[in-house]
Amino acid sequence: MKSLAKPGGWEKFFWPVLAAALLLAVWHFSVIWTATKVFPSPLSVEKGLAELLRKHVLWADIGDSLRRVAIGFGTAVVIGIPLGLTLGWYPAANQVLNPVLQILRPISPIAWIPVAIIFFGIGDRAAIFLVFLGAFFPIVVACVSGVSNVPSIFRRAGRNFGLSPAQILARVVFPAALPQILIGLRIALGIAWLVVVAGEMIAVDSGLGYLVIDSRNSGKRYDLVVAAMLLIGVIGLALDIGFRRLEKIRSVRWGFRS
Amino acid sequence: MATRDSVTTSVSGVKLRMEHVGMVFARDGKSVSVLEDINLDVRDGEFICILGPSGCGKSTLLNVMGGFLSPTSGSVSIDDETVHGPDPRRILVFQERGVFPWLTVEGNIGFGLSKLSSSERRHRIAHYVQMTRLQGFEQTYPSDLSGGMKQRLQVARALAVNPDILYLDEPFGALDSVTRFIMRGELLRIWQTERRTIIFVTHDIDEAVQLADRVVVLSSRPAKIQDILTIDIAHPRNLSSPRYLEHRDDLLKKIGLAYAV
Amino acid sequence: MSSSVRLRPVAFIAALVVIWQIAVNRHPGQLLPGPLEVVRGIGDLLQHGLLLKYVVASLFRVTWGFLLAAVIAIPLGLTIGWYRRAEMAFNPLVQIFRPISPLAWIPIAILWFGVGDLASIFLIFVGCFFPLLLTAISAVHNIPDLYVNVGRNFGLSTADFIYRVVYPAVMPQLITGLRITLGIAWLVVVAAEMIAVNSGLGFLIVDARNAGNRYDLVVAGMVVIGTIGLLLDLGMRSLERVKSFRWGYSEN
Repeated sequence: MKSLAKPGGWEKFFWPVLAAALLLAVWHFSVIWTATKVFPSPLSVEKGLAELLRKHVLWADIGDSLRRVAIGFGTAVVIGIPLGLTLGWYPAANQVLNPVLQILRPISPIAWIPVAIIFFGIGDRAAIFLVFLGAFFPIVVACVSGVSNVPSIFRRAGRNFGLSPAQILARVVFPAALPQILIGLRIALGIAWLVVVAGEMIAVDSGLGYLVIDSRNSGKRYDLVVAAMLLIGVIGLALDIGFRRLEKIRSVRWGFRS
Repeated sequence: MATRDSVTTSVSGVKLRMEHVGMVFARDGKSVSVLEDINLDVRDGEFICILGPSGCGKSTLLNVMGGFLSPTSGSVSIDDETVHGPDPRRILVFQERGVFPWLTVEGNIGFGLSKLSSSERRHRIAHYVQMTRLQGFEQTYPSDLSGGMKQRLQVARALAVNPDILYLDEPFGALDSVTRFIMRGELLRIWQTERRTIIFVTHDIDEAVQLADRVVVLSSRPAKIQDILTIDIAHPRNLSSPRYLEHRDDLLKKIGLAYAV
Repeated sequence: MSSSVRLRPVAFIAALVVIWQIAVNRHPGQLLPGPLEVVRGIGDLLQHGLLLKYVVASLFRVTWGFLLAAVIAIPLGLTIGWYRRAEMAFNPLVQIFRPISPLAWIPIAILWFGVGDLASIFLIFVGCFFPLLLTAISAVHNIPDLYVNVGRNFGLSTADFIYRVVYPAVMPQLITGLRITLGIAWLVVVAAEMIAVNSGLGFLIVDARNAGNRYDLVVAGMVVIGTIGLLLDLGMRSLERVKSFRWGYSEN
């Protein structure tokens, strides 16, 4: 049965630290036991990380990746939210547009690379375009379902108080749908982070994704590869946590308390 | 018949008139008749209860009165004007979850007041906060309010726009019986302070007898007006008085006629 | 839905295709192919038997990676979700690994498995593992305490409890999670094939471009990818409609 005893406060740190320590130990010893010449041990990863920090390349790469995410994600928000709200508000429009979206959505942004290169050439813009594609669909979908899930009581109250359809959309439907939209945005941000790293592995020559693949290609520096991977994980996590903070703001918190 | 201030000072005119109103829904290819030949005159300032068990069409009737639904036959007119759609002059209060969870108490009450100047707005909000006894909770969000307080908030929001008619769709149905009792008293107090026409839907016989000037009894689907009972007791109504119990028994009998078991 | 309404999206797509063709005709000599070329490209691929071969290769990898991830991640996730201490232990680690794009694992995948099928299956496995793990954990959390208490009240054995309370309670959420993760798997396989293997739809796209700028085949590949991804999604959705799972969705 579910463990009933409430874990003490200290356990919040104890268990994850224990698990992490175990993981590191297993990692360390498997490197030693298999006598691998290539796969890095935890220590060499740490040294590699320090090396990257010293060389200052790291900050430029991190900055590049974040910048691409910011622009691509920002564009997806600016275009996707109004579109999603409209489609959610006018089911007829959604009916028409939805099949197109459903066909485009399963195409990995990475598969768009050749097309992106045609339009944007190799480089920053192509990567930003990929990020946009990755974030766009989840945002639209979240807006559509957010709007359709607004209880009809709210819409009726809006009509009752004499609000025009535009006012109802702005003052009733949008705030009511906001929690769900925020969740969609957070998920889209996570996807954007995945896409930018993947895109940088193929279509550009800077950024954390590029760092991963370059470290391997130019010298089999797997210690740097793993260091970069861990950085990617940590930054992605930071983005996620930061976004969750938004969900705690008073005027939307109502939607997240259950 | 005991006279009350409430009856004699009300305007003699008819506020809301329903003539031969019928409502037929198409569901899964079949047509379901929910309302049939409803004829009703509601006077200005009256407190009317519509009584019937769940599912008989009371809410549909209310929605038709409020203009949220167009009747398939007959017409509804308010102040001799045919009703075409919802209007802030007649506000509907729902059973629950009607308040906007993203606005504070103040925000909700002020919802329909955007056309007023900000000082007028503040004044009016404060007035209705007082009237519904929500002082101290102006900045509170609905998730921190009890069920009874949320319903008071809905009423305050409705009253703030000065409607002529207030429709209440089983507003106390989700509350515990003690709170329901208290809320009925509150509603009557508010009604006596600021007189409006109130049309109150309920399935609770006691509630109808305690609140209404007249009780409209609906038959089972398709709903027709089975009977209209006038309750002529002055407020506050003594719930153990013989007159009260007489009315109650009368209603029970009438329901018994309408719903043969 | 009347048939005229059903036709609207079709008409819309048709209109888009026409606009696309006109745009391409207006700018001859640029690289992006028009719809006619794309269709011819698909025909080309079918003729050479390549299309079928590549689709099968991609689906093969998806199936293996996805199933492996499901078989490991779901029981693991259910266990972790159940024991609060286990979750405290593993959650931070999972949260750090989750945002790492599966593609970032490519160097390691190639190191361990070389270039080929195994590497791409590994990548798909990684891409599916964390979402499924988190779905399972969340599904366990969402089992209403009420059901747990009833199980305890009736003195169910552990096995009985898992079979008669836990399993039905988590099924709807798991199925939705599986559907979403299958979509992720499809995205990953295409991306992985563009880098790490020599067959499959992703490889088709890269190869068509590299070996002769055959953009008609590139876009043809994209269309096929989109269509199969859509079919996979629809297939999973019809699974959700199976009666014995449907209760979980009507509970809303």
